[in-house]
Amino acid sequence: MIKVNTEDYPWHAGMTVRALLDEKQFTFRHIIVRVNGQFVPEEEYEKYPIQDGEDVLVLHLMAGG
Amino acid sequence: MGTILKEYSYTPAKIHRGYSGKSLYINLSDLRIEQKEVTEFMKEKFTGGKGFDLWYLWHAVTPETRWDSPENEIVMSVGPLGGITQYSGTGKTLVCSISPLTDIPIDSNVGGYFGPLLKFSGWDAFELQGKSEKEILIFIDGNNGRIQIEEAEEYPDDTHLLAEELTKKYAENEDDKVNISVVCTGSAAKHAYMGMLNFSFYDPRRKVCRYKQAARGGLGTILQDKKIKALVVKYRGVKPNLNDVADISTINKVGVKYHKEVHDLDHKQNKMRQIGTANTVMIMSQYDLLPTRNFQTGGDPEAIKISPEVFINDWLTQGIHDGCWYGCTLSCAKCAEHFLLKTGPYAGQRVPVDGPEYECAAGLGANLGVFDPEAVLEENFYCDTYGIDLISFATCTAFIMECYQRGQITQEQMGGLDLRFGNSQAVLELMHQMSRGEGFGKIAGLGIRKLKKIFVEEFGADPKLLQDIGMEVKGLEYSEYAHKESLAQQGGFAMAIKGPQHDESWLIFMDMVNKQIPTFEDKADALYYFPMFRTWFGLVGLCKLPWNDLVPADNYKTDSPAKVPEHVQNYVDIFNAVTGKSIDKEELILQSERVYQFQRVFSVRMGKGDRKDDYPPYRSLGPVTREEYLSRQELYDKQLRELQKLDPETMDLDEKIAATRRYREDQYEQLMDAVYRRRGWTENGIPTPERLKEIGMDLPELLEVIEPKQ
Repeated sequence: MIKVNTEDYPWHAGMTVRALLDEKQFTFRHIIVRVNGQFVPEEEYEKYPIQDGEDVLVLHLMAGG
Repeated sequence: MGTILKEYSYTPAKIHRGYSGKSLYINLSDLRIEQKEVTEFMKEKFTGGKGFDLWYLWHAVTPETRWDSPENEIVMSVGPLGGITQYSGTGKTLVCSISPLTDIPIDSNVGGYFGPLLKFSGWDAFELQGKSEKEILIFIDGNNGRIQIEEAEEYPDDTHLLAEELTKKYAENEDDKVNISVVCTGSAAKHAYMGMLNFSFYDPRRKVCRYKQAARGGLGTILQDKKIKALVVKYRGVKPNLNDVADISTINKVGVKYHKEVHDLDHKQNKMRQIGTANTVMIMSQYDLLPTRNFQTGGDPEAIKISPEVFINDWLTQGIHDGCWYGCTLSCAKCAEHFLLKTGPYAGQRVPVDGPEYECAAGLGANLGVFDPEAVLEENFYCDTYGIDLISFATCTAFIMECYQRGQITQEQMGGLDLRFGNSQAVLELMHQMSRGEGFGKIAGLGIRKLKKIFVEEFGADPKLLQDIGMEVKGLEYSEYAHKESLAQQGGFAMAIKGPQHDESWLIFMDMVNKQIPTFEDKADALYYFPMFRTWFGLVGLCKLPWNDLVPADNYKTDSPAKVPEHVQNYVDIFNAVTGKSIDKEELILQSERVYQFQRVFSVRMGKGDRKDDYPPYRSLGPVTREEYLSRQELYDKQLRELQKLDPETMDLDEKIAATRRYREDQYEQLMDAVYRRRGWTENGIPTPERLKEIGMDLPELLEVIEPKQ
């Protein structure tokens, strides 16, 4: 199990940031990803591994409308 | 030319540090024209823009004043930063009046050239009071210090004809047209309560007038009631430092930095230069936020048909600068050129269509079940030229459609209109009726609150259902965001002072997706900070979009990326550089709160500004119908288990809907308590004398209103 934006989410072997974003259907382009507080650049999403128990933050940067 | 009724000469005041120091007052009843001093007290307490508007309006009206009372005013002001040309989004005018939809002050912000040209003509604010007997137009010649009121019976009603004709009339030649701006409305505003104002700016590349709208709350209806056909301002000579700013080099430096961000980042972020605010249509649908068929659901597979790519590829001109004031590189005012109209009085003509903005595609598209870009553009055009607020029209028509499809009203009661979801031809005919003041269109133009009464009392509809599905608060229709899963945004809409418009706050991602504000106190903090911060744009003459529709590349490194701290600092720096003052970001919030609390007290004074007026229809909070519950049953059942410790397996559908409702309504009550505490209001939503004193707004006339209600 991992945390995604403070909530429990099932972890599976081989999970990457990109895989998580796809699973969660986080399609908004303008996001910030942090894994255990560490910023993950967009170009690393495909390969950046997420380990069981990690805390992932996916901040959607829209406070507009 | 119509008969000249009044001429007035003046010496245009020299602008200093963003202010001309003068405001213009015109009384339509006796054609009185006066100028007033803008005092240091006004600048200190109200800053400008909406602050000045509300201050003048307060003194013009009484608690008994209604929208069509002669003493009601239309007041407009651009604010001290309005008209600078070095930063994006610096031409916003704020317009205020007592609204026909809400009976309280409405404020609406609008681009276009009128506000800046008005200030350069010598006027920080413009009050229009009284009523004319005949249709008139007011022409302000800012270069020569001349104001003229003339009869205007012979001009066309609809904006696309009227503004073109007046621009041609007052310009000396084609090149001079950019120096003209027209404020007018359209034929529907004579009959509907949701009339809006168009503010023109001439587009020299396309050689047509373009328009931005002061849309919300019926301002166009009031213009028509006062028999003002148009306001025209002419000022030749716009240049970078007409505001006589204190520190031009800082403004230049901040402006260059921002324009570089636009150049480097917009195509990677929101693509404002390509599509404008409609860039979010598919995002909203994918995140369950696109209001669909009267906010029943938050998206639809058919939304792809009105996606940004469709408008970019098939309809909107690309690669042409589209700013609604000089210097705006964000350039989001898009245009579909040579659009062929298929219905109504202008069928067969080709016209430019301004838009669609997000609210248009979401409201006139998804919320009506119309997933046809061509129909959306035609609706867009007719709303604009008829002077109809498309947000109120869309939300109101969506309500009518659901009432019809649920058997609450009949086709016969709608004069034969088959207003089922998706029938764009019926929607357009409703608009044309509204324009002519005929049939069901005239009734629909009254807005949801009055329609609920008519449907119940005259058509026998179910009052409880209509209360639940009629998306209005305080009499104003909701803007176009579904938000059932964001408690903070439920409050952001329903506790907004003028009614449910998202210009106070948009917290859905912070709340629903990011989970950044989990507690009531966190949400209340957000519902304090963001409304206060965003109010500020309307005080100084700025557009909100450049703040957060583009963010610096390193914004992610900041502690509070949602606030876009670097851009907030830009605003502090620009304010100080224009005015010569020395505020910081905390004082920026203080400037806003003074006006925000003033507006709340103003609403209390008008009889509608306490707790009972801050309740949303239940559809804002949760699923009203069985279909809505079933559309997200997995989510709602999970919430029953996790939040209420109930077993949905042992409950029938109606029991689950009822339990969900009890929980969500209780959550909303707790949110109200927290927000009221944070804003310094009583449990009944009244600002306290202590809070007003803390912010320097314990003015006797305000205390007189609130002290009996403590």
